[in-house]
Amino acid sequence: MSEKIYIFKKFERFWHWSQAALIIFLMLTGFEIHGSYSNFGFEKAVGYHTTAAWTLVGLWIFAIFWHLTTGEWRQYVPTTKNVVAMIQYYLSGIFKDAPHPHRQTQLSKHNPLQRLAYLGVLLFISPLLWTTGWLYLFYDQWAAWGLGSLSLYWVATFHVLGAFMMLLFLIAHIYLITAGATLTSHLKAMITGWEEVH
Amino acid sequence: MLRTRHLAVFMAAAIALCTSPLQAFAQSKSTADHSKFKELQQVFKSGPEVTKACLSCHTEAAKQVHKTKHWTWEFMNPDNQQKLGKKNVVNNFCISIPSNYAACTACHVGYGWKDKDFDFSKEENVDCVVCHDTTGTYSKPPGLAGNPVVGAPIELPPGSGKMLKPVDLSKVAQKVGKTSRDTCGACHFSGGGGDGVKHGDMDTSLAAPTAAVDIHMDAEGLDFTCGTCHKASSHDVPGSRYTPTAIDKGGAHIRGKEKQGNPATCVACHDNTPHKKAKQAERLNHHAKKVACQTCHIPEFARGGIPTKMVWDWSTAGKLDKDGKQFSKKDEHGHVVYASHKGDFVMGTNVKPEYRWFNGEVTYTLLGDKVEKGDKPTQINRIGGSATDGKSLIWPMKIMRGKQPYDPVNKTLVTPHTAGNDDTGFWKNLNWEKAIETGMKSSGAPFSGKVDFIETEMYWPTTHMVAAKDKALGCTECHAKGGRLEGIEGVYLPGRGDVHPWITQGGWILALLTLLGVLGHGFIRIIASKKA
Repeated sequence: MSEKIYIFKKFERFWHWSQAALIIFLMLTGFEIHGSYSNFGFEKAVGYHTTAAWTLVGLWIFAIFWHLTTGEWRQYVPTTKNVVAMIQYYLSGIFKDAPHPHRQTQLSKHNPLQRLAYLGVLLFISPLLWTTGWLYLFYDQWAAWGLGSLSLYWVATFHVLGAFMMLLFLIAHIYLITAGATLTSHLKAMITGWEEVH
Repeated sequence: MLRTRHLAVFMAAAIALCTSPLQAFAQSKSTADHSKFKELQQVFKSGPEVTKACLSCHTEAAKQVHKTKHWTWEFMNPDNQQKLGKKNVVNNFCISIPSNYAACTACHVGYGWKDKDFDFSKEENVDCVVCHDTTGTYSKPPGLAGNPVVGAPIELPPGSGKMLKPVDLSKVAQKVGKTSRDTCGACHFSGGGGDGVKHGDMDTSLAAPTAAVDIHMDAEGLDFTCGTCHKASSHDVPGSRYTPTAIDKGGAHIRGKEKQGNPATCVACHDNTPHKKAKQAERLNHHAKKVACQTCHIPEFARGGIPTKMVWDWSTAGKLDKDGKQFSKKDEHGHVVYASHKGDFVMGTNVKPEYRWFNGEVTYTLLGDKVEKGDKPTQINRIGGSATDGKSLIWPMKIMRGKQPYDPVNKTLVTPHTAGNDDTGFWKNLNWEKAIETGMKSSGAPFSGKVDFIETEMYWPTTHMVAAKDKALGCTECHAKGGRLEGIEGVYLPGRGDVHPWITQGGWILALLTLLGVLGHGFIRIIASKKA
């Protein structure tokens, strides 16, 4: 028998999906700006990328406020408990229909690996993309800001590096949607808020 | 469209011809009507006679002209002490002037420069009207050492049956005025021996251009003359291909401020932040710190329908038809692509320039300089520039490629005697050894007697034929792989995939491995669940 718990609140779901759409769109336009393929054309791609980036900034302002006021930021505090168990689960348990080592509750939505991954995104990948992205946006002002010695080559290199890390995260993240109690339980949870647990 | 414009120009010319000289003069802003001057109301028998009449009022004019490159055909490059000027340089078009004076000096602002003994000190040898003619009737055919045909018609070349009509010097003298696109163009449109041949960004389409060919010279628009930008002072015309202004940090010129530099640059009018109202104005102005205005605003040269010579291979010259006569071949557009006396050509219209970092430093390969036949073509004029020297911008260039005679023993370029109705002129006799011997003697340079051909390149920074702003290059012309600036080093150019290949290739490989990893993981799960 399975039971259902209410994991993701309305705002959280809205945040997740709009952020997902923005990040995917930023990747599409970003890799076009980088020259990996062409779709919109450079000029439009730059325009869309910039607009999407500022929209994401707006979204994050709300998200940060929400996390701070609701105390939900605690969901990302890392823990070493069960990390090894999680790894073992993904490496073997999952194939043998073993029970999931993490039990989802409202206070602990994410399994320990998720916590670590999201924290990595929050503390490393995102800041890398944000800082370099902002610098990139204000390239024309570098000299006026006393950043004349900064090299666009390195700013762009780290921005691209961040983009690839985000891409790796995205691929793994999308796959792990299927690693819930059932194939679609995680997806349903992020749509309806209700997660089916064992 | 082109036809109606031609018709319009023709009609305008017809109307102009029908109006009386008085009316024509009333339109000019000059305070002097030269047709009223007694000094000019006479029959002139030669060019120098006209000049004497000019100088009786314009007492300093000839002295001023004597100081200019237009007169001396000589220029000392102050940056590297190279002695340049038409008289001294070797190019990869008609190659060189010594021994060909009588033909080449049809474009000298003087009379009678037929050999190396021309008297440069004589004031009456200055040709005033070649620049100041307003009638369009004055011309100087090659072969007369800069003299016009005066008095009776003459046959030129002798024996050719081509009769040239004399010029009415009195009429020309009485109607002198400011220089015009026509007077400057009479020589500069035909550099290299024919319409549009040399520069690529200058040809007779600029005589009365459309806005599409040149937004500033647009005959029905701003109607600039050459002198609007090349604002002369004391007969000295600014703007140089020997010491070009590659970067102008001086801003727009303001009246009353002295020593403002070259007035012919874009910046001299448009300032260093030229984009004011455009979308992304700030970003475009920032581009101007690395990219010359010309790079975006001259998307192609030779845009007026007249082809420019892109390649000239002298090594194939000398073939004869089955009757043993010289011949020429034309392409499907009617442009000559082979001539017995000149070799093979590649012509181009609407040509996309090539791009180079350029700081204005130009070093010529002169007659005494050693040249080596190798993998890389000899640079007729090496250009300086890099992303980091603080003096360079990315410039559009016409790069003229040639294969021209050289002396393989002395390892020097050579100055063949080409034009001339004599026993050694190449164009008549098709014999390199004789032609080069005569030419090198005239240049005062040694010649081994051996002739070979060497590949050469010559840089022509593109600066004319500025397009309308909506025709300027779009972003993707350069911000793309394989774009126009593909070979430009030293700048991070978004869209070109400039980051280190380890990051890009590494990134895609890791992404692919991750994808394979999760797919494999999923696959095992499916198998496992089926077994269960």
